[in-house]
Amino acid sequence: MVDHQLLRVENLYKYFPVSNSIIGKVLGKETRVVHAVDGVSFNLKVGEILALVGESGSGKTTVGMNVLGLQIPTKGKVIFDGMDVAYWSQGALGDLGNINKGEETNFNRRRQILLLRKRAQMIFQDPYESLNPRQKILEIVAEPLDIHGISLSEDDRIERVREALETCGLTPADHFWDRYPDGLSGGQRQRVVIAGALVLEPELLIADEPVSMLDVSIRAELLNLLLDIRDRRNISIIYTTHDLATAGFFTDRMAVMYLGRIVEIGPTKDVLSNPSHPYTRALVSVLPAPNPRKSRDRVILTGEVPNPIDLPKGCRFHPRCPEAREECSKIDPGFVDINSEHKAACLFV
Amino acid sequence: MTILDVKNLSVSYLCELDESEIALNAVDDISFKLDAGRSLGLVGESGCGKTTVMLALMRLLPEAGRIVAGQILFENSDLLHLSEAQMCEVRWADIAMVFQGAMNSLNPVRTIESQIIEALLNHKQVASRPEARKRTGELLNLVGIAPERGRQYPHQYSGGMRQRAIIAMALSCNPKVLVADEPTTALDVMIQAQITELLKKLQRDLGLTLILVTHDLGVVAEICDDVLVMYGGKVAEYGTSDTIYNTAKHPYTRRLLKAFPDIDNLDADLVSIPGAPPRLDDLPLGCRFSPRCHICKDYCKRDQPRLAEVGEGHYVACHLYSRK
Repeated sequence: MVDHQLLRVENLYKYFPVSNSIIGKVLGKETRVVHAVDGVSFNLKVGEILALVGESGSGKTTVGMNVLGLQIPTKGKVIFDGMDVAYWSQGALGDLGNINKGEETNFNRRRQILLLRKRAQMIFQDPYESLNPRQKILEIVAEPLDIHGISLSEDDRIERVREALETCGLTPADHFWDRYPDGLSGGQRQRVVIAGALVLEPELLIADEPVSMLDVSIRAELLNLLLDIRDRRNISIIYTTHDLATAGFFTDRMAVMYLGRIVEIGPTKDVLSNPSHPYTRALVSVLPAPNPRKSRDRVILTGEVPNPIDLPKGCRFHPRCPEAREECSKIDPGFVDINSEHKAACLFV
Repeated sequence: MTILDVKNLSVSYLCELDESEIALNAVDDISFKLDAGRSLGLVGESGCGKTTVMLALMRLLPEAGRIVAGQILFENSDLLHLSEAQMCEVRWADIAMVFQGAMNSLNPVRTIESQIIEALLNHKQVASRPEARKRTGELLNLVGIAPERGRQYPHQYSGGMRQRAIIAMALSCNPKVLVADEPTTALDVMIQAQITELLKKLQRDLGLTLILVTHDLGVVAEICDDVLVMYGGKVAEYGTSDTIYNTAKHPYTRRLLKAFPDIDNLDADLVSIPGAPPRLDDLPLGCRFSPRCHICKDYCKRDQPRLAEVGEGHYVACHLYSRK
């Protein structure tokens, strides 16, 4: 299975319409849209860990949502092991398009999406909010098995939960599973969340800022856990974060996103040691070094990611780019190869 | 000149357990000293007592909190002896605080400007409203917000700008000491860098004495002259930034530094500290770090280490250095 592609995202677009005011509707104004994801393509191999990095509003979470069929893409393809998620997710999410196609189509679509979700799971950011405080750990971790109709004998079921909990470092499992989430620390809660995702034995995990709510001292532990899970089960992971430093430690490839587009993608070490897009360079330069003797020359961008409704003309980064020239406001740059695997979308690389 | 001298501060929280009242010792024997114009980073994991120290300093502890021992000398007078009315004059005018998450507690139905003007008028910093408006413009300018934007509401501000507005408000009475509790947590990397840069600039331009409470060692390395590492309510290590970052002695500090990813050295293993910080109702008998310490000895579990001076102004509470 070397180099087998698990996931292919091709020209993914996701726009959200902004509701028009009544006056706007009367005057027949065009509905404006938020360009959350605006032409993103990438591949993910079996057993590979990809970091999706960017500031808030860069669209990294939306990409994850579309990969899991939690949203319907506006345009583009998401191929998960041969299955077009973008196609199947349309019915499953309620927007049937054409009801006359009948119940069966609808049913089929739902079934396909359920099949996908059995194989691709998500880990959310905040372990304090993603666990039901009234459920015991055992019920929380076993629930996905019920949802996906995996009928097991009671013993097998408990065994599956035990295995998932112990893989996530909650050993011995029976010490934890009778407890409620409020008896656990933040790190332990996040382990329960990961166990709940692993109990289905998925092939893809999408981890959306899984450690940003946790103390630095236990972040490493959880990242090492994700790495360990990959090594043992050969699953692929998409890790979305705004923190390049943690991404640098355990991901194989990195895609830097800005305003709904990938601006640089390549092997993680390559991207961090030789950042080619000015945006990546700025992000790398502001990473705090844990030593006052090693302060870097920081490139601090002014302002924040602009509003994704009215995108800047030309290169979408040029209003904040410290190296912008005249051409940048006219030409929207495509990818330039830095080497066979490392690409950046800038006119001057 | 020493502006703030905290001596042997201990704080307890009273709580009821099985119908009897017990005192949980959240902060135990903390001392530090700050010269005017210097900056101190108070570092530790959640629950180590760092916010409690700052609340005690401002005398803003919640009702159950009691300062059970110690002195807080601000310009040589003990804040713990002041009446509440006198303390009100110290707060904001002498020592101002930026609370954790304060940027989310701006009043949503009033403009930023009017909220700063209110602070100015309440503290009698200005005589009239027009004067207050002028001063507000200056304050916003100081933190990098165009004064015209003062007439906007909090929802029109981004997270980073709200944090700037809160800092402007804290500076409204020209305090000598600014305490900032986790000012960069929950912000994006680029905005974090903008805020740390702003704090550095303010400290330099206004001669502020700064206390930064955070769990992020990177931000501390960027800004602070001195570092105090807390663990389980006690001082683990205290010294200048340069000593702490380069010659840390306490096993906790050393591991905490290794847990911090450094992209200049990507091949290093990311170390984590297994286990969790101690619960206040179940503190270990000996060294509070002993259950998580990788070089823990028998006597560490039995005896509490005392704070020993291992170099000039460098203090460590670990048996490795105090049992000689």
